[in-house]
Amino acid sequence: MRNRPRVAIHKFSSCDGCQLAFLNLGEALLTAAELVEFVHFAEAGPVAPDEKVDIAFVEGSLSTPHELERIRQVRANSTYLVTIGACATSGGVQALRNMADAGQWVAGIYAQPQYIESLATVSPIAQHVPVDLELWGCPVTSRQIVAAIRALLFGVLPVEENDKVCLECKRRQQVCVMVSKGEPCMGPVTRTGCGALCPSFGRDCYGCFGPAENPNTTALSRRFAGLGLLPEQVAQRFLFINNAAPAFHAAGLKAREDSHD
Amino acid sequence: MTEPPFLFLPRECFQALLATLAGQGFHCKGPQLHDGSIVYAELAEASQLPRGVRDRQAPGEYRIETGADARCFAWANGAQGLKPYLFAPQEVLWQAERHADHTQFHETLPQARPIAFIGARACDLAALALQDAHFLQQDYVDPYYARRRENLFIVAVDCSHPAATCFCASTGDGPAASAGYDIALAELEEGYVARAGSARGQGVLEQLALDPASAAQQDSATRQHQQAVSAQTRRLPSRNLHDVLFAQLEHPRWEEVAERCLSCGNCTSVCPTCFCHHELEQPQLDGTRSDHVREWDSCFTQGHSYIHGIVVRSETKFRYRQWLTHKLGSWHEQYGRSGCVGCGRCLTWCPVGIDLTEEVAAICGDANE
Repeated sequence: MRNRPRVAIHKFSSCDGCQLAFLNLGEALLTAAELVEFVHFAEAGPVAPDEKVDIAFVEGSLSTPHELERIRQVRANSTYLVTIGACATSGGVQALRNMADAGQWVAGIYAQPQYIESLATVSPIAQHVPVDLELWGCPVTSRQIVAAIRALLFGVLPVEENDKVCLECKRRQQVCVMVSKGEPCMGPVTRTGCGALCPSFGRDCYGCFGPAENPNTTALSRRFAGLGLLPEQVAQRFLFINNAAPAFHAAGLKAREDSHD
Repeated sequence: MTEPPFLFLPRECFQALLATLAGQGFHCKGPQLHDGSIVYAELAEASQLPRGVRDRQAPGEYRIETGADARCFAWANGAQGLKPYLFAPQEVLWQAERHADHTQFHETLPQARPIAFIGARACDLAALALQDAHFLQQDYVDPYYARRRENLFIVAVDCSHPAATCFCASTGDGPAASAGYDIALAELEEGYVARAGSARGQGVLEQLALDPASAAQQDSATRQHQQAVSAQTRRLPSRNLHDVLFAQLEHPRWEEVAERCLSCGNCTSVCPTCFCHHELEQPQLDGTRSDHVREWDSCFTQGHSYIHGIVVRSETKFRYRQWLTHKLGSWHEQYGRSGCVGCGRCLTWCPVGIDLTEEVAAICGDANE
């Protein structure tokens, strides 16, 4: 067999859910294994974290001093570094601690906090090493993974999907939950890619794919207030899974300021 | 030519209309209540119609109210009408297959079963005429659209309960259907005053062997129509706004509306005349085959104005301006009329309730007089 591109899947601070997008490929995973060589993929079996690879998929955020060292090694060992999911791409839900006193949390939760070695703040991968491609989502979908692998095998970067969820929601002809039910849907500022999953079940988008291009968070916050949300409730719509993504972070803090006015 | 006669279809005979259409091979689609909205879906039984249902619409808001009366078409519209049935939101245009020494292309024309669309509104028909003008232009016929269009049978229902967001009377497109249908109905308490608009429609009505509508029934339908006209409070100027809009490209209102606009594309997605789309490849993982896909796009996306590394309309004010100046201005040059049929969907389904008629009034000055 000809030389297949070598692939590693690395886990940092995360729930492992994004790696499932590989395992959930089903039959396509067998095709993928013929096209690339999974050198390191602990969740599936192969463990060789220090091997040089063509593509490193990185799940999780940087949350401990050890992870800061590891990511530099991963970067040095990889031709392409692709972040998968909200944690790796924007810091994830754990970045909420950046807005709190992390030490106090640890002390409040653990009986022996001296064994917990975590950084005071959480950061996305791109804050410490250069990233070639970011895939958003909590979790990413198998479709995104397939598109990324295929495009890289073709020698191009995949087309960036940065439209709003609304476009996909309307293509699927879902009834808008904000207009018909007054739900505080994040779709109008959130990046597409999920297939408008939540609205298709009649619930509001909670922004797990992060900010879309050109997001008007100010207008949406104002609309949420009009729907009856209190400023702190508006803040929590933005300060959730992608709370550290700059557009959502700023919108959340702005809403919080309003609650103190 | 004599006017087609007005016939009367008793309410309990609506099922016979569906059965006749089904008997002629049509797949009936009609309005139903789903997820808190009127949506068009497979309609096998008249009992699926939204009986007693009213819609209350305002900019950014759509609510359903249900009553006990027998009327099934006493609402204005839902987010979508005919458009998705002809201009598919997403479809494969062709497939490419890679072999060792050549690439093969496969046609993927839709296997469209003839559809009978029940409950089209006058605004939907006006929009259909515009979509036809776009997709079926002489030398550039879109075969996917054409395939679905060729066998479409339309049963229009005159609008008797326009929403607060409707302004079809001002654009000259409603509220009663005037062309483009096979059968048109005006719904009364006891049933429907029916008229044929084509030989096919005539044939279906003949098969139903209906009695003529009485003078009183015809009067009721006329009165109802007049009420539906006078109930509309919003309006767009009926004149050609091309010159006035293009003279206002630097109007401060563009900036102001951009502060409110989410640039989310809901307005263009629900607009029954918007036809913008993008195309993309969906290759199989093994790289041997690829679907070439077309899907609805919007002038409110970044990709819509992306050319070779540059986004021409990076800011929302330019995107909103593009939409409005095209829809109400340059459409006149392209299609001989404005692209707005007064259905009001872009007001209702805008999550932040931006009112097109208000924006036009602000930008064009006298417009909302």
